Order: sequence, then C-alpha cells, then structure tokens
Amino acid sequence: MELLRFEDVSVGYEGKPVAEHLTFTVNEGDYLCIVGENGAGKSTLMKTLLSLRAPLQGTITFSPALKKNEIGYLPQQTEIQRDFPATVTEVVRSGCLNRSGLCPIYTKAQRKTADDWMERLGILPLRKKSYRALSGGQQQRVLLARALCATKTLLVLDEPVAGLDPIVTADLYALIKRLNTEDHLTVIMVSHDIAAALTYADHILQVAHGGCYFGTTDAYRTSEPGSQFIKRAGESNA
Amino acid sequence: MPNQHGASLTTWDSIRLVASKLREGFAGAPEKLRELLTGQSNMLRFALIAGVLIALCAALLGVTLVLKRYSLIGDGLSHVAFGAMTVAGVLSIAPMAVSLPVTIVISVLLLRGDKAKLKGDSAIAMLSVSALAIGYLLMNLFAPVSQSSNLSADVCSVLFGSTQKSILMLTAKDLLLCAILALVVIFVYSFFFNKIFSVTFDETFAEATGTHVKAFRVLLAVIIAITIVLAIRLVGALLITALIVFPTLCALRLFKSFRGVVACAVVISVLCAVSGILLGAALGTPMGSTIVVVDLTAFLLCILIDAVKGVFVK
Repeated sequence: MELLRFEDVSVGYEGKPVAEHLTFTVNEGDYLCIVGENGAGKSTLMKTLLSLRAPLQGTITFSPALKKNEIGYLPQQTEIQRDFPATVTEVVRSGCLNRSGLCPIYTKAQRKTADDWMERLGILPLRKKSYRALSGGQQQRVLLARALCATKTLLVLDEPVAGLDPIVTADLYALIKRLNTEDHLTVIMVSHDIAAALTYADHILQVAHGGCYFGTTDAYRTSEPGSQFIKRAGESNA
Repeated sequence: MPNQHGASLTTWDSIRLVASKLREGFAGAPEKLRELLTGQSNMLRFALIAGVLIALCAALLGVTLVLKRYSLIGDGLSHVAFGAMTVAGVLSIAPMAVSLPVTIVISVLLLRGDKAKLKGDSAIAMLSVSALAIGYLLMNLFAPVSQSSNLSADVCSVLFGSTQKSILMLTAKDLLLCAILALVVIFVYSFFFNKIFSVTFDETFAEATGTHVKAFRVLLAVIIAITIVLAIRLVGALLITALIVFPTLCALRLFKSFRGVVACAVVISVLCAVSGILLGAALGTPMGSTIVVVDLTAFLLCILIDAVKGVFVK
C-alpha cells in the first residue's frame, strides 16, 4: 500500500530551491535511504517530508492511513540535549505524547508501550539513568525508543549513526533492519553512509543538484548516477 | 567623608557601625517578626503569600528558560516591563494595565520561533537598554508634573524592589490579582507538564510528531511575561533574572530527572523567597536584594553539596 507520494516536488528555504523535481513513492514496508552529498538538500527534503517546511512546488500526497501524529522521527542530537536533565524513561515516554491529546498524564497503556520498547532495544536497565550520562550509542537507542513510541507505521531517521563507533553503528543498523522486517515498519533514512544504504535499504533516493535518482537498490547500483556516486564514495573512503 | 553628625568616619568605623546594626537587627529579629506576623497590619503576611506564589512561578518557568538558553530573554523582558510601567506612571494608569499586555506582546514576538529576527543576544541587549533608557527618561521628563515627589526612590523601587512601593505595600486587591495570575501560571504549567518537557527537550521531534509547537511557544511566552511582570513587585526589574536562574541552577546540581529538577527548583525558590522576605523585614534591608543574596547563598551551598557528593562517590 502506498504511504506517501512526491510528485515533481522542489524543496528549499526562503524561496530558493535546493533539490528540484523530486518524484518518488514510499510503500508500506519499504526501507528507503536518501543519499547525496552535503548541501544537496537531504535535510531540507526530510523537513518537508515531516511537514516542518512547505514544498516550494509540486504535490505531496500522504495516504489517509498515515496521520501526522503517527510518524516516528529520530532527529539529530541538539546542543541543548547534551546537558539536559532527564531520565531515560522521561525521554522515551515523551514519544507517546502525540496521541494523548489534552490528557495531562501518561496512561497505563502509554507507559507500557514505553517499557516494551525500552525492553526491545535493551535499554530497560538504564531507565532510571540520566540521559546526559549515557554513551552516544545508548542515547541513540533512547531516542529511537522514543520515536517508536510515536509510530506504528513510519519511522524517519536523520543520520542515525553520526558520531558512533563502528561496532555500535553495525548494531544500530541491524536493529533498524529488524524493525523493518519483523515489525513491518516503513523506514526512511537520511544517510551519508552509502555502503550501509546499499546493504540494508531496498530503495534509494539520490538527491543532487543536477538531477535526482529514485529506484530500487539493485537498479540504483547499475544506474548511471548510482554507479558514479558509489565509485566516488569508494574512492574517497579508500 | 563627613557623616550626618558632621564627624568624619574611617572605613573601619563604618564597617563596625554596619556590623553592630546588623547584630542588633538579628538580635531583635524574632521579636520584630512575631510582631509583624501577628500584628494588626497585613503587610508581611500579604508579602509572604505573594512572595511564595511569585517564587513558585519564576522557578517553574526558569527551568524551561535556563535549559533552552533563554535566560537573557527573561532579563530583556523585565526591562521591557520596567519601561512599560513608567509609561503607565506617566499616563497615570495602573502600572499592570500597561506593562502586562506590552510584556506579553514582546515576549511572544521574542519567543515565537527560530525565525524571529530579534532572538540574537545583541538584539536582546539592545531591547533591554532601550526600554530601560526610555523608562528612566520618561520618569525624569514627567517627574515635575506627576504626583510623586521622590523620583529616585520611585526608580529605585521599580528597579530593585526597594522598601518603598514594593511587595510590602500590597493591598488586598493587588494580592488577589497577583494570586489569580500566579495560579493561572501554575495550573497551565502543571497541566501541560509532559508537553512542556517534550518541547523543551526536543522541539523538532515534538513538531514532527504532531505537537502544536507554535501554540506552545505562544503559551509559554504568555506565562513567562505574566511571571516577570509579577516578579517586578517582589525583587524589582533588575533582579528578576536571579529568581529565574538561581533555583534551576541549584536544582541542576542536585537532580538528574526533569521532574526532580522542577520540584527541587520550586522548593529552593520558595524557601529562598520566604527567608529573604523574613530577613529583609527583620533587618530592614531591601527585600529584592536580600532575596537574591539568599538565592546566591543557596547556589553556593548546592555547589558545595555537589562537590562533596563527587568526592564520596569516587
């Protein structure tokens, strides 16, 4: 089932387009990676996708099944969070807020959802710990648990492995893949890591100034823009 | 320097004089406080009620302001409120009738969103000094025609919450208004506690997952403005920032959960305000400065506790 559709969308800020003529669809159960160079408009595209910013042109259609308060989002960490006083439980539970309306407290079901996700992500033993005292990988898991509390359908991740060491990175990728295959969550991830994108994602959207490419991962590998981008990324890594 | 008796005083003499005055003040304090608290006049009782409510509001909003790095916005707003109060004085209207709406409008403009152009710290500095300068200028210009005869005392009381026209001069009507506004702030904050946490911790997440962040910013801006206008009565415009930052900074040293920090900040803020008011009344010192000095002492104590805790944990 189709979750969202971009038709000839241009995104940008203050009237200046960054990425233009984007056309792609996301179906239920997809794992889409958005790749591209710095400044190509990945983050702007993500903000537009989350309705934090209006598109400059084109139409975005959300399926009726996807309400705005059913999107889970893992943003990049901000300066404020580094020394913010909050326990893991407080952070994770705040993911449930988008469905609580005017109710001032968390319901029993919401607290259970939060506990369940903490259990799944292996952070239940940390629940009383201070968020600022955790390692980078643990913090990402806490924020992921919060995102999962906010959604049953779509998970949007912005550079989830930025600043993590290789082992923690691999763990997190494996975890996200399991959420995609076992829990049937649709995943949209913005990533710098082209190698991981090719390994885990089933669709790739490459955002670039010249033109964008959208297709399955296999088709992307052999496509003109895809093979060039992979080659260049490989050279810079070598 | 010649004193009022015409004799000249050395530095040492003046220190001794102040010390003996303070000693007498402390010695007579219990007696004086009992008299003030049980006596005919409601002055101190009203001041304590208002002080507790205002300190409570300031601590609640202080947590959000400090954590969001908005402390200076609070400071800027207090200067705006001062400017607005002098305009009210000049026009002979009740100060709050002008300062409350003006401060709310400026507060909403400043905190509305990340695109607001006035957010930079130089812009806030500019706003603060302009409001302060305009306020003082107007007071001076209109001093000869206004009913009030003592300009410097007026300025002093608004800026520092000094003994005249301060929290000790509340009428029953003032107190009622103050209590209603404070209770509104407390109710709004507790009702939206979880949402305020979410918006403070991560605005982008809250907005992306469907919380009306813009509405919350406006709501917070309004209750911040109300708190600041109320706090002018307690400590004066220049010292409000102390009420906002000290309790939170204390609590941050002692607690690691958001709930804990908020609760601790409230308790510390109320305790400091009560002891500051009682001390000020007993010693005859200016309320505002006394409360702030008590706040500072509490902060230093918290640093000490934190340091001692660090030693024992290791």
